[in-house]
Amino acid sequence: MRSYTPKDDVQKKPYYTDRYWVAPQVAKTDVSEDAVFASDLEAIKSKFEVLDAYIQVGQMVVVINAHDNYGVIELLKNELEYNQLSELSAIDWLSSEGKFEIFYQMLSMSKRKRIRVKCKISEKESIQSVEKLFRSADWSEREMYDMFGVVINNHPYMKRILMPDDWEGFPLRKSYPLQGDEFAQWYEVDRIFGKEARDIIGPENRDSARVDRYDTERFARLGHEVPRGADISQGEPDTPLVYQESEGVFMIQKFDAEKSVVISDRDR
Amino acid sequence: MAQHQVNYLKDGGLPVALTTIDKVVNWGRSNSLWALTYGLACCGIEMMASGASRYDFDRFGTIFRASPRQAELMVVAGTLTKKHAEFIRRLYDQMTEPKWVISMGSCANTGGMFNTYATVQGVDRVIPVDLYLPGCAPRPETLQYAVLLLQQKIRRESASRAQKPKRLM
Repeated sequence: MRSYTPKDDVQKKPYYTDRYWVAPQVAKTDVSEDAVFASDLEAIKSKFEVLDAYIQVGQMVVVINAHDNYGVIELLKNELEYNQLSELSAIDWLSSEGKFEIFYQMLSMSKRKRIRVKCKISEKESIQSVEKLFRSADWSEREMYDMFGVVINNHPYMKRILMPDDWEGFPLRKSYPLQGDEFAQWYEVDRIFGKEARDIIGPENRDSARVDRYDTERFARLGHEVPRGADISQGEPDTPLVYQESEGVFMIQKFDAEKSVVISDRDR
Repeated sequence: MAQHQVNYLKDGGLPVALTTIDKVVNWGRSNSLWALTYGLACCGIEMMASGASRYDFDRFGTIFRASPRQAELMVVAGTLTKKHAEFIRRLYDQMTEPKWVISMGSCANTGGMFNTYATVQGVDRVIPVDLYLPGCAPRPETLQYAVLLLQQKIRRESASRAQKPKRLM
């Protein structure tokens, strides 16, 4: 007999998934259906080991070994006319397979074809940079390192690109909490004031809808302004919205429509 | 076309005004609030619109300055990321006293919809804020109203007294 799990609060669980739901798969067709792709695949197979190859949505996907990545991209660029590297990034499969999937999305302007080269590396492995072949790989590989912690060999400037240099953790990993770990939550306080200021400033308020009705240190209701720090638990006086003080401001006159003169003769 | 009549000889009786130093200083301060150009995100577009000719901040004496040394008002217009937090603190420290801060829009007030690891959850974690301006993004009229409210606040303050100890550090 199956163990019973209550289902009355499934709407509240943000990551609820149906046990019987199966992720729809995009149909894969054989490479031999497309003559251009078939000849390209033969050229790759003649020099490198190809683990898997198929066509999805009109694009060929080639799965290779991770240590062949530079050679395959070089072959695609120099001999097979795939002259643009349009996208390069990683996918986190660490929880299910213990590996990162690295993909290189290539475009051939002359053949009007797109190829996706994929390879997998484990968390501790590093991968060869293709920045020598495509300058666009420079920032993409830095972003891959910044967000996933994939280390790139032979990259000219291996440094974080989006997060600060002293950041800890890799934010796009599935294991990274969306609202940040402890380092992230205190980052600006530690950086500016030092760790000893944590007690004074206090933890982040992650509920952006929270308004403390009686907090006059930080909030003032428009039309009900009171001096800072006043106790308003017994209610506050109604102060009408005015653009200037009622008794007027020194040397500033209010505009009086009665005293204005309308010029009717524009040629005067 | 309206023309405003100002008769100095008649309205005050004499071209002499009796007042206090506080009022004169505060009058000067409140009507020449030079703001630091600090557009961080889409609120910055509204702030630029407020400064341009249709909404015309210049008529309130609010002129945008590109240097913190010449500014006394910081309008934090937009999302403050954690990477940028130390720079906003540095620019705030470089502004000369007295100085005021308007936190413009939801992101600057509370982090807004960016409830993530990379966004500061309200600029008041980093610098003290005088006026929180709600909206996403606030219209230029709203920002102008905020500046007028800040002017009122400045006029209520004592001019000679040193700045109140701010809540933050």
